[in-house]
Amino acid sequence: MGRAELPLHAPGTQVDRGYIGQSVPRPNAQRLLQGRGAYTDDLRFPRLAHVAFFRSPHAHAKIRKLDFKAALKSPGVIGVFDGRAVAEYCTPWVAVLAHLKGIKSPPQHAIAIERACWQGEACAAVVAESRSQAEDAVGLIEAEWEELPAVIDMDESLAGKIVIHPELGDNICFKREHDTGGVDEAFAKADLVVEETYGFGRHTGVCNEGRAILADYNAGEHSLTVYHATQAPHMMQDIFSRHLGIPEASVRVITKDVGGSYGIKVHVYPDEMATAALSVMLRRPVKFVADRLESFLSDIHAREHKAKVRLACTKEGEILAFELDDLTPIGPYSVYPRTSGIEGNQVVNLTGGPYKHQKYRAKLNVVFTNKNVTCQYRAVGHPIAVTLTEAIVDLAAAKLGMDPAEFRRKNLIPDDAYPYTFPSGIKFEKLSHHQTLDKLLALMDYKKLREEQAALRKRKVYRGIGLAAMIEVTNPSPAFYGVGGARISAQDGATLRLEPTGMLTVMCSVTEQGQGTEGIFAQIAASAVGVSMDKVRVITGDTGVTPYGGGTWASRGAGIGGEAVLLAGRALRSNMLDVAAAILKMDKAELDVKNNAVVHALTQEAKLPLAELGRVGYFRPDTLPADFQAELTVTRHYTPRQYGFTFTNGMQASLVEIDPDTGMVKLLKHWCVEDCGTVINPMLVDEQIRGGVVQGIGAALYEECLYDANGQLLNGNMADYLVPMALEMPDIVCAHIETPTRQSQLGAKGVGEAGTAGAPGAVMNAINDALSPLKARVTSMPFTPERILRALGKVA
Amino acid sequence: MKAAPFAYAKPRALAEALDLAARPDAKILAGGQSLIPSLNMRLSSPALLVDINALGELKGISLERGVVRIGALATHAEIEKSQIIQEHLPLFAAAVRHIAHPAIRNRGTIGGSLALADPAAEYPACVLAMEGVIFARSSAGQRQIRASDFFKGLFETDLKPGELLAAVEITAQLKDERSAFLELARRQGDYATVGLAAFATNGTKRLAYFGAADRPVLAQNAAKAKDLDSAKAALAKDLQPPADLYHSSATKLHLAQVLLERAWNTL
Amino acid sequence: MEHAVEATLTVNGTEVRRRIEPRQHLVDFLREELGLTGSHLGCEHGVCGACTVRVNGEIVRGCLMLAVQADGCKVDTIEGLSDSGELAKLQLAFHKRNALQCGFCTPAMLLAARDLQLRNPRASREEIREHLSGNYCRCTGYQSIVDAIEEVLHGQG
Repeated sequence: MGRAELPLHAPGTQVDRGYIGQSVPRPNAQRLLQGRGAYTDDLRFPRLAHVAFFRSPHAHAKIRKLDFKAALKSPGVIGVFDGRAVAEYCTPWVAVLAHLKGIKSPPQHAIAIERACWQGEACAAVVAESRSQAEDAVGLIEAEWEELPAVIDMDESLAGKIVIHPELGDNICFKREHDTGGVDEAFAKADLVVEETYGFGRHTGVCNEGRAILADYNAGEHSLTVYHATQAPHMMQDIFSRHLGIPEASVRVITKDVGGSYGIKVHVYPDEMATAALSVMLRRPVKFVADRLESFLSDIHAREHKAKVRLACTKEGEILAFELDDLTPIGPYSVYPRTSGIEGNQVVNLTGGPYKHQKYRAKLNVVFTNKNVTCQYRAVGHPIAVTLTEAIVDLAAAKLGMDPAEFRRKNLIPDDAYPYTFPSGIKFEKLSHHQTLDKLLALMDYKKLREEQAALRKRKVYRGIGLAAMIEVTNPSPAFYGVGGARISAQDGATLRLEPTGMLTVMCSVTEQGQGTEGIFAQIAASAVGVSMDKVRVITGDTGVTPYGGGTWASRGAGIGGEAVLLAGRALRSNMLDVAAAILKMDKAELDVKNNAVVHALTQEAKLPLAELGRVGYFRPDTLPADFQAELTVTRHYTPRQYGFTFTNGMQASLVEIDPDTGMVKLLKHWCVEDCGTVINPMLVDEQIRGGVVQGIGAALYEECLYDANGQLLNGNMADYLVPMALEMPDIVCAHIETPTRQSQLGAKGVGEAGTAGAPGAVMNAINDALSPLKARVTSMPFTPERILRALGKVA
Repeated sequence: MKAAPFAYAKPRALAEALDLAARPDAKILAGGQSLIPSLNMRLSSPALLVDINALGELKGISLERGVVRIGALATHAEIEKSQIIQEHLPLFAAAVRHIAHPAIRNRGTIGGSLALADPAAEYPACVLAMEGVIFARSSAGQRQIRASDFFKGLFETDLKPGELLAAVEITAQLKDERSAFLELARRQGDYATVGLAAFATNGTKRLAYFGAADRPVLAQNAAKAKDLDSAKAALAKDLQPPADLYHSSATKLHLAQVLLERAWNTL
Repeated sequence: MEHAVEATLTVNGTEVRRRIEPRQHLVDFLREELGLTGSHLGCEHGVCGACTVRVNGEIVRGCLMLAVQADGCKVDTIEGLSDSGELAKLQLAFHKRNALQCGFCTPAMLLAARDLQLRNPRASREEIREHLSGNYCRCTGYQSIVDAIEEVLHGQG
């Protein structure tokens, strides 16, 4: 058996990994470094028109009248359209999925008809020759509103005195209860019960590049090409087709360079659907780019939760049970097509995740409000679940006088316990919590940090060390969406083509937003086929070119897309060797491909350059046996089948110093030890972790979408909504354990969201650890100076 | 967010600039670092922008007979690099490092900052602390306005329609005088949560707080206190800071007291 | 183009003369009129820094400068500074250390880094972070960018 056939994680054999495992710089970063990328807003088209939206100033109001007379006369205006006009070209949608039992949401239109349900909802569209002119005309639209009472507070929404959508009966979008049984008994017999309620501030992605879409309808052939900064082009192809009434294969979605996404750009946005509809209506290309102010009002928000948690344990520190009551307010609509119930559902699935207790009870309520819509954002429910789990664990450890690391060690699922089914029903293939803990404590020199902390406390310098153990969902099967009826593909495909000159073109259905998808595919393809990386070109993000697939989400790119590339690469090499055997008149088993040539498998002697193989295969097949046809293009697909989700594990640590006079937190350092299986490119993995950690730090210290009682967003700009900037961020040390998944040849799990999942919990625990000698504790993030000073009693 | 249309003029002479600026729907464009965002966000839509950057007499930093004169068009970057400011106005040298970021400092001007009078801005408090004098030009001539008379309210100064802030003069800090500049902000370069520009001369203290009211404000009672504890207590009488998006009034007062404590020994 | 004003500016070494609407900011002019799409817009209110370009040798927020204000000025964008080789060492270090992911903030980061290199070539790690403190990056978390700049300034590997 040659190296080609063995899984990369095959024990005891020397599998030539080629580029896999190397920190190769990304080839497609070169053009970005020169400002020569092509983001959707960079594209130029003849007769390109621009759309700007008239957005509701009210959180909840009937649209009594819209007067477009003045707007229509404004220079450069091509047309002004209300919801009814756009509805003739775009059908509404309802964001529910069958496997979220009982989830409900009313139909949503591309542009609101009759009623606006959040401040910022698009209520009319102006198409003009330039964005400036479109905005001028938007300013001339006159509207009459009948304001309705707005539901803003999550408890009031749950109580339901005012119901936003009367036809639904109440404000509950989705609720879920989970009970293993035996929970009350566990709490009754526990030596210690701790209880705490945690608050999580609503926040949002703030991608540097605003949402961008350029729709180009060709009336001559009833076809639509959409240049779309989206993570899931095939999903959008299906949605444009069904809602605009254009045959699926006549819709092509092309994703050029994307300036950051983190889940924000994987959802269906009404204003983007309207843009596509307007292109069909006007029979010309129409572009929409969300500017920063409208981004804050209309990009999905996420992660607003109030969660009450209880933990029962013995006096030796053995956790017996967890109990969770989670309330989360979303917007007035569940977001299409993935639904706004998933985040809360994840919190229920993941709370307590790393630990070996058997009893668990959870209650979830996801309620509508008249604030902006919410949906999946990097790490989805993990930051909530990890934070509340790790915070209550620290609280229990503190009450027992146990070191938090030792408390965790006592309770983490043993490394030899797998496969393992967790009390929420999720299944783990194989995790490495204990190895991870050991590595982390060594990496950060935990003992020394504790000694330093003690010494500094005597001098009234307050440092805190916080740990956060985590599990993370990656590489999902259709269990995430497909089973619920969503036309979201959980499989992906890769087509590899050997070019006549011996170069390799890779076309894969997973997409790139900067994380390095194209780079790792080049590494995998080059390794699998036997060429050098400079010979490889990768194409992603084009439904007209790549196989059908799911795109990027839930940290699936490397594990699923990468596997498809690996399988296709190995199959292509096999086909190439068929051609080589025919050319050389040798036995295929004697041959291999290495360094851009066909070589003798044993002696490694080069027998045939790939350029020559290509020349003969494509231009001189007449010299090959009559019954032989060269197949130098191969496509393979991959779906993870054994596990609904391929879980990974990791642990993070944060070191902070608090100024008790100002309430300000200084982040001294951060660590992350992560097990994501086979690491294809260590540098890219570490950088994903770092970026994710800082995003999580944003949630912990800075970011919150602040609404007033009337549903007005108070801080929807970059000066008032605070994102992490360079000076306040720590250096982040990363290390890895590798426990490959056996579901694939590559063995890669996902890692893109891990940093964000664990960072808020680690920082929270560090802050509370720093505050503990001062008898203060914080439970609501972001942990602003205000909140810390209040906890310290410095301010009433 | 694209600005609404406006006309643009770039006068080469001060008289012409004053004429244009006197028009009711005109706004003066100096560095543009505060004006242009408000235009882009359509918070403001003047009919005419009068670009004063060609007026040489509004530029420059000079020292004459113990008085530092800073032209309205002196950029924050120029102030940051100025030897005169370093040596003779250390309070301003300390303050400028907190203003925004390098790219903004290259364009933003002290004239723009003083004329805008953002309550969380650094220079107004510095000018107030050191009793600077603002020079306003109009077609009627020149007017001198003392700092304590200049800042009238939220984004409101004593500048009358048709007046242009031309320069500010501050007496150079003497060897036996002391200054301290402290600012608390969530992130480097942000507008201050609260800040203190303090100046001590001849046994008297001038404690100019910013981010603590609708304008820079002198904490008169605290300045007269004999010791730190009574000064901190007195501060509660001097300041009733409005809450902002992230900090309650009580927190702002508390932070103001913390700054006072940190500046006390320097003064 | 009711209020259009004529302006002449030198962009990446080439003189350009146009009638420009006063309300158009410099980056929109560069992108829309000259096709120089390497300078990006992230907020249009001067906070994110993605629009950083160089005017008369100084970095500025291109969204906070009217194009007409660049009359008589020398403007350098990422394209020109790439072609001239001025950013070559920084670009190599950024590439090697993956100091970019989506690339949207990258042209501005490079211009800010070059500005630091010219003004404070012995900058400490903390000073590097401070100089970048007005440039928003959501992808990298900043560390690799600081590492890349530190390598160029101090030759560390």
